[in-house]
Amino acid sequence: MEIPSSIWTLLIGIVLTLVSFWYGQNHGLLPTAASHEATLIDGLFNTMMIVSTGIFLLVEGVLIYATIRYRRRAGDNTDGPATEGNVPLEILWTAIPAIIVIGISVYSFEVYNDIGGFSLHGGHEAPITQEAMSMPGTAMAATLDKDQAGVGATPEREGKPPQLVVNVTGLQYAWLFSYPETGVSTGELHVPIGREVLINMTANDVIHAFWVPEFRLKQDAIPGRQSQIRLTPTKVGDYALICAELCGPYHGAMRTQVVVESQEAFNQWQQEQLVASEETLNKAVALNLPPDEFLAPYTREMGIHSEMLHQVHH
Amino acid sequence: MTQATLQETDNIPVHPQESGERKWQDFFSFNTDHKVIGIQYLVTSFIFYCIGGVMADLVRTELRTPDVDFVTPEVYNSLFTLHATIMIFLWIVPAGAGFANYLIPLMIGARDMAFPRLNAVAFWMIPPAGVLLIASLVVGDAPDAGWTSYPPLSLVTGEVGEAIWIMSILLLGTSSILGAINFIVTLLKMRIPGMGIHQLPLFCWAMFATSALVLLSTPVLAAGLILLSFDLLAGTTFFNPTGGGDPVVYQHMFWFYSHPAVYIMILPFFGAISEVIPVHSRKPIFGYKAIAYSSLAISFLGLIVWAHHMFTSGIPGWLRMFFMITTMIIAVPTGIKIFSWLATMWGGKIRLNSTMLFAIGFVGTFVIGGISGVMLAAVPFDIHVHDTYFVVAHLHYVLFGGSVLGIFAAIYHWFPKMTGRMMNEFWGRVHFALTIVGLNMTFLPMHKLGMMGMNRRIAQYDPQFTSLNEICTYGSYILAVSTLPFIINAIWSWLYGPKAANNPWNALTLEWMTTSPPAIENFDQLPVLVTGPYDYGIEHRKQDANPELREVPL
Repeated sequence: MEIPSSIWTLLIGIVLTLVSFWYGQNHGLLPTAASHEATLIDGLFNTMMIVSTGIFLLVEGVLIYATIRYRRRAGDNTDGPATEGNVPLEILWTAIPAIIVIGISVYSFEVYNDIGGFSLHGGHEAPITQEAMSMPGTAMAATLDKDQAGVGATPEREGKPPQLVVNVTGLQYAWLFSYPETGVSTGELHVPIGREVLINMTANDVIHAFWVPEFRLKQDAIPGRQSQIRLTPTKVGDYALICAELCGPYHGAMRTQVVVESQEAFNQWQQEQLVASEETLNKAVALNLPPDEFLAPYTREMGIHSEMLHQVHH
Repeated sequence: MTQATLQETDNIPVHPQESGERKWQDFFSFNTDHKVIGIQYLVTSFIFYCIGGVMADLVRTELRTPDVDFVTPEVYNSLFTLHATIMIFLWIVPAGAGFANYLIPLMIGARDMAFPRLNAVAFWMIPPAGVLLIASLVVGDAPDAGWTSYPPLSLVTGEVGEAIWIMSILLLGTSSILGAINFIVTLLKMRIPGMGIHQLPLFCWAMFATSALVLLSTPVLAAGLILLSFDLLAGTTFFNPTGGGDPVVYQHMFWFYSHPAVYIMILPFFGAISEVIPVHSRKPIFGYKAIAYSSLAISFLGLIVWAHHMFTSGIPGWLRMFFMITTMIIAVPTGIKIFSWLATMWGGKIRLNSTMLFAIGFVGTFVIGGISGVMLAAVPFDIHVHDTYFVVAHLHYVLFGGSVLGIFAAIYHWFPKMTGRMMNEFWGRVHFALTIVGLNMTFLPMHKLGMMGMNRRIAQYDPQFTSLNEICTYGSYILAVSTLPFIINAIWSWLYGPKAANNPWNALTLEWMTTSPPAIENFDQLPVLVTGPYDYGIEHRKQDANPELREVPL
């Protein structure tokens, strides 16, 4: 029995749609989503993947089918039919892609708004600019009147202060993090889960870029400028923080760790950092010892008896 | 259906030998014949393609393992910087200019370009610029700040290498501008009488759109690079933040040229594919005007999308949205072209020779680059994958899967006209098969690498990415091998290949209406337009007069 071509078209269309929907959800191309923003961005990507799979299969299918079906048979030296166009068809394949890209644009716009792309306010966020001025590296004329770049607060949190502020400085080939509330400075980023963190960044020497693939967020850290990312981590774990802008020969080695942990673990870590820095402080205090005690370890090495030092007039 | 026939006998020079044969020395001298210059462009750019390809394979060899174990990180950075610069400015852009030089005067029935001497000057700027660039390796201070050369990095890496890079790009940019002026004037002023703009072959439309882009955008790059050279050599601080300069301004100036450059590199081959597909499908091009005007639309839109390269840099939110929408819109005219090519093939009588295989490969792989391009335009997703291997995958699908396959399709198609010899079909197919396999093996896994977290321009990477990187590296070796059958085939065929007929493909555009290779002055008498450029399958009166013309070997 001959199956009419309209039935074939319908069947192929259904299969194409099903395959596209399945692949768009099961592509396995993205790492774990560890932030609120990542979930939103993944939703956008999955939708684009569904549409793309459909278009890809359609174009490749037509291309391969036409190549095989309409290949020239041996001995046939005639031309094909003189079809020069088909206006309704051309309008259709102009309109459909236009509708698709408008749809993707609107969806992207929504997601961009939801992750906070529109809630950056130049230099008006006072705590940022204050911190910014005291950050290392900003001695280079930081012009604060420029529009700030990056990702700001989500619409729900707009206008509220961030729950944690971290200042980040990129330099060849390391990241420095400082927590202005506690004064902790470290080389790896710790953030508590479920709390909105504002990351202010700049760079000391050349342009670097702050990227955590699991957060799906990236922002250039530019010398002489301030930029920022505001995000809410949603999944405990250790992730890589990668410099994503070419910054020199050891660019590939410029990476550190982001630790997303519970609030308690985060507090404890902060305490440890503080104790560690106090110990350094204590060592510095210890330098105010009387000279003989201070010199004791050195003199012992030199073979000078400690009593001799007491004789030394000072 | 009957075979469309041609007025070829009308236009063949009566005394093709009269003005003398080309000597091989002509190809090494300051010759003003557009055909000599076209071949000079093509051969020169192909040599640079091989050099850039060796660099790509060195980069891939380093990336076979996660550690830095093949070259030093400094050399690695120079290799990818030179690879990108050579492939863009010394291979794809001049190859497009080569075809335009060779074909435009022939296609419009002119005897030469509008400004033959300027044409030769434009070509002869390329070899010194290329030698200068590669000489930086000998000096031991090759540029290593990426082909984007962003300050402040480009100001603190090797001063000599960076200065050489700027000089070389300025020369190449100037050459490109001179070429573009020539193409535009030639296209506007030198068409044979009776050839209106809607009888113009689509390659000419594409070159018009390309040349307009070159003229509008290249001067901005030149300005940016001159300012950069002041910062580098004279201590000014246009882009240097230590003196209050702004590195983001450089990025705007750079991408104002370098995004249109993508269209400068792809539009000529959109044009070439629009020539190849109707000839070998034996059908008129589907939607001539849609394809012609979509080139102009792409050219215009191409000027207002540049900041999509800067979504994670220092630009405000509303600007990100503006550039997202303009970038998305470019998908529409590009889609029109792809669907029109498919419709041209549909129902045709497709000759599956090397030319057509490369054209089909072009459509099939370019689509992947086009789709990932729309994804990259979506700002939230771009924030994740910007500066990762996803972008590397995308740009290679566009520039290799698009431009380079387009170049090969065009070479197989016009080789008989240019040299008067046929290329070997078997080795052409081997070349195609190896290229398609190598290309997809090299670049397809890069999409996943980028999304999973591998950033670009790095000599060492997270060991979790090793297996995918190994696939990419072996794919790149296949690509290297794929060039060999082509080189041998081209050289052997040029010397000993079977003689080509004047019109071996039964095409209808004017370049086929003269001898192969064309006489020095192209046409003895000005050709007369009897058919449109794509009137396949349409019967003409003259066919009965010359029935023997149907017996043209394929």
